[in-house]
Amino acid sequence: MTKPWNTLVQRPKKNRYRWLIYLALAAVYVWAFAGVPFTGIKETAVQITKSIVSGIFSPDWGFVYLPEGEDLLRGLLDTLAISVLGTFISTLLCLPLAFWAAVNMSNSRAISGSGKMLLSFIRAVPEMVLALMFIKAVGPGSFAGVLALGLHSVGMLGKLFADEVENMDKGPVEALLSSGANRLQILWFAVLPQVLPGFLSYMLYRFEINMRSATILGVIGAGGIGTPLIFALSTRNWDRVGIILLGIVILITIIDLISGAIRRRLV
Amino acid sequence: MNTNKSLPHPKPPSKLKHYLTAAIVILLLWGSSVQTEATMGELIEGFPNMFDLLAEMFPPKWTYFDNIVGAMLETIRMALIGTTIGAILAIPVALLSASNITKSWWLRHPVRFVLNLIRTIPDLLLAAIFVAIVGIGPLPGTMALAVFSLGLIAKLSYEALESIDRGPLEAMTAVGAGSLQQIWYAVIPQIQAHFMSFTLYTFEINVRAAAVLGLVGAGGIGHYYEITLGFLEYDKTCVIILFTLGIVLLIDYSSTKLREKLL
Repeated sequence: MTKPWNTLVQRPKKNRYRWLIYLALAAVYVWAFAGVPFTGIKETAVQITKSIVSGIFSPDWGFVYLPEGEDLLRGLLDTLAISVLGTFISTLLCLPLAFWAAVNMSNSRAISGSGKMLLSFIRAVPEMVLALMFIKAVGPGSFAGVLALGLHSVGMLGKLFADEVENMDKGPVEALLSSGANRLQILWFAVLPQVLPGFLSYMLYRFEINMRSATILGVIGAGGIGTPLIFALSTRNWDRVGIILLGIVILITIIDLISGAIRRRLV
Repeated sequence: MNTNKSLPHPKPPSKLKHYLTAAIVILLLWGSSVQTEATMGELIEGFPNMFDLLAEMFPPKWTYFDNIVGAMLETIRMALIGTTIGAILAIPVALLSASNITKSWWLRHPVRFVLNLIRTIPDLLLAAIFVAIVGIGPLPGTMALAVFSLGLIAKLSYEALESIDRGPLEAMTAVGAGSLQQIWYAVIPQIQAHFMSFTLYTFEINVRAAAVLGLVGAGGIGHYYEITLGFLEYDKTCVIILFTLGIVLLIDYSSTKLREKLL
């Protein structure tokens, strides 16, 4: 069956409808670019960019700590706290949902399917919108941000947790079942030890994402560093914008490093 | 059975580490709740408001749908153009940060550093800065999404690049190909499906992100959240949420199917 070396290798057959796909893509892009009203950039754009860049290089160090409050460190601490609590709440909330949505935890597809639907639904509501709603419920402040992150993260965490449950080894579950364990014992001794490292790793991953979200919640008044940032942006206080951006970048980099190190040890 | 007795029982592993971890976590949570002034009482007090709000959202005011179709299309456009520009910019950046293609340490690490820097800034923050620079409208939103996509796609791509098969690269070197020829004939055929998949994935994320960019004045449907919530017209907000949900689910579904076909 070996081919002689000098036979030509057949070119792979091209899909005959390939050009149709290209045509559709081209049409989509024409539509997209035609719709953008390119009115030109403000003349001040270059100047503002220069100011921002110079603001980043000459930050307003005095803002780092102000004795009377509303400074960079307190803002960053607030952001961190929102993110920690939000992640914690969402982990608690999504545990039952994850088991509900996992295919191998129930007998019928309808149950897990409905769980997955609910998770998609939660995921599709942006956290900023949730924050706006919680502000109406509990008033502006960090607590609204915590609740918004807590509820929004459930969507993604629940899906990742459900995937983890679906991917586990069935062996221990069957072994316990055959020795007469009840459902709770199976959950505690066969399921949890298998899924816990994955759960914790995803939780930390979501914590990293929540850190980023928490920095912008303040834009709409839900606490954290976003409030002084949007204030500095609107008053064109570029030195302050610079120091806040610097603070955010440093804080998120540190959190990413710590969380990444823990995750590598977990999995 | 006698041997069993003579053997000492193995000691259970020390639990000190677990207790310490638990203590740290509880401390962290307690500190956070003090910092954010989160109290159960406030939540329970505020919860009825939440239900009032939900009750006011239904039934949705479907006639509002006509007002937001244009903004929704603008949102999708922003996501599409932003992702495309980001993806194109990501190609050279990814090639420059992959250790098996860019051998020079001095070239690779500065590029990676800048890439990591870009990825720490959330998209809404980028949008707020671009709004300050170029003014209100879909343009700053598109720019923010492009920068955000560049960070994400370049990161995912360079990690995929580093795990490609070395064989074709070595074969190309052996027959004397230049570095551009190597990239064209040995790297791109291996990576293009992954690259397309990452781009689609980023597009999904960007559609969600674009939906809220309007909150900082960067175009798209997000602006309408503020309008309707500001006038307390929750039934209209509900229409926006449901419409966004439908579009996001549709795009997610088709993109996931496409990605399954690609890989």
